[in-house]
Amino acid sequence: MTDNLDDLDYLDGNAAAGPLSEFFAIDVVSARGRCASCGRIDALATARLYPNSHGLLLRCPGCAEILMRLVDTGDSVCLDLHGLSFIELRRG
Amino acid sequence: MGIVSSGFFGRGRRDDPALPPGQHLTDGFPVLSAGPTPRITPEEWEFTITTETGQVHRWSWTEFLALQQDDVSRDIHCVTSWSKLGTSWRGVSLDTLFESVESDCEFTMAHSYGGYTTNVPLDDLLDGKAWIAHEFDGEALEPAHGGPARLLVPHLYFWKSAKWVRGLEMLRQDEPGFWESNGYHMYGDPWREERYW
Repeated sequence: MTDNLDDLDYLDGNAAAGPLSEFFAIDVVSARGRCASCGRIDALATARLYPNSHGLLLRCPGCAEILMRLVDTGDSVCLDLHGLSFIELRRG
Repeated sequence: MGIVSSGFFGRGRRDDPALPPGQHLTDGFPVLSAGPTPRITPEEWEFTITTETGQVHRWSWTEFLALQQDDVSRDIHCVTSWSKLGTSWRGVSLDTLFESVESDCEFTMAHSYGGYTTNVPLDDLLDGKAWIAHEFDGEALEPAHGGPARLLVPHLYFWKSAKWVRGLEMLRQDEPGFWESNGYHMYGDPWREERYW
């Protein structure tokens, strides 16, 4: 079930910085985001990245629901952000 | 320039006629992890087929194992480009599970423990083309590979063979599942390289 967080086959969210740099002008994993499922607010770098899949999945470290989904088909790259209700950048 | 062309040594592995275009052979069984692995006990496992009228056909693990079991050997093809030939499975044919189901729908959505979904036309599940598999190579299917049971639709890319499957929902119209809604092909025929939209 999604509440099983014992698996170790994930990386921390910092590993998503490269692929996400195609979309964001800043290092977005240092921004904070709100999980649309459980409401947890935390730096995206603390999220759990599952890279050995058909795409790149970033999951909430609290509830394991999906925050971001990125699929690179070669011709295009598609980023699904429906799991995040906001991303917050701090200035300065 | 080499004196002897690579063709002198016979067909390369990529030239194997059992390999769809763009695929390579693997001897292992790679695990593609999209999230935490669901750990489902036989006691809590069930499989359902839900029709357009809301009727739910339900099998417990014990009832499922009491059905006719098939031993099948099939080639499998992952969209990430590995293929594995002659894999051995044991499970229940979808023909057996659909014997008692009445539906006019032509499409299905497979639902898995953990939230994964994938769409498969009903025609691709019947006539000896698909199973709910619970053994691989004579052993109980490991959770990492979808145990206790996974959908096995070997003629389509392997993302259609949903791990940890818990049910099929009958659909009047085709709808995208988890990967199909984010770039992957609605059908996924490896021989036509239907990888993406």
